[in-house]
Amino acid sequence: MKVLYFSWLRDRVGVAEEAVQPPGDVTTVAELMTWLTQQSDGHAEAFKDPAIVRCAINQDYAKADAPISAGDEVAFFPPVTGG
Amino acid sequence: MIKVQTDDFDVGAELAALSRGRTEVGAVASFIGLVRDVAGPGELSAMTLEHYPGMTERQLAQLEAEALARWPLDKVLIIHRHGRLLPGDQIVLCAATSSHREAAFEACAFLMDWLKTRAPFWKLEEVGGESNWVAARQGDDDAAARWKTDK
Repeated sequence: MKVLYFSWLRDRVGVAEEAVQPPGDVTTVAELMTWLTQQSDGHAEAFKDPAIVRCAINQDYAKADAPISAGDEVAFFPPVTGG
Repeated sequence: MIKVQTDDFDVGAELAALSRGRTEVGAVASFIGLVRDVAGPGELSAMTLEHYPGMTERQLAQLEAEALARWPLDKVLIIHRHGRLLPGDQIVLCAATSSHREAAFEACAFLMDWLKTRAPFWKLEEVGGESNWVAARQGDDDAAARWKTDK
């Protein structure tokens, strides 16, 4: 599974992109965030307040209870500020 | 039409191209967003717009399709820049053309309100030698919510 980070989430995690293989019981966006939190201090800092983190699966917005699978591109980012 | 680019754009040329040869078009409504010096005159030295390549185009194309489905429009144009911009620089151009002004005005406002909450862009401001990510505004969510059809 490919995980992407943007804006201050990338700054905190320290990488823009990483390939991860979470265990089989990680099946939703929320569970993936919890699992990622345990991977490093930077990850923990990035996901400190999960309520303000937005997620996209394969470039479409996804909610915390959305299912994830091995081939997905999962992106995490703060609320958008374009325009 | 969707364009995501680092280059500046010529508003006059873009708008002229949108209605050229389309004699049934009687209205062109447009919005131009600029880099604003939020910190006060001379305080903001630059603003860098980051985006999510691929998802940005996908979200903007969905916005365009939604506008074309909801209003009797001829065309929709969204140009959004990314990269490092200076105060006063153009960031975004949004335009809609139609036979009559009402649809063009409404669609243009809809596009900007939804773009602000859905298009994956993030602004990094450089103020006084420090770089800070801009926080999202609740007012933008409220503005987008008025266009929801399922309430």
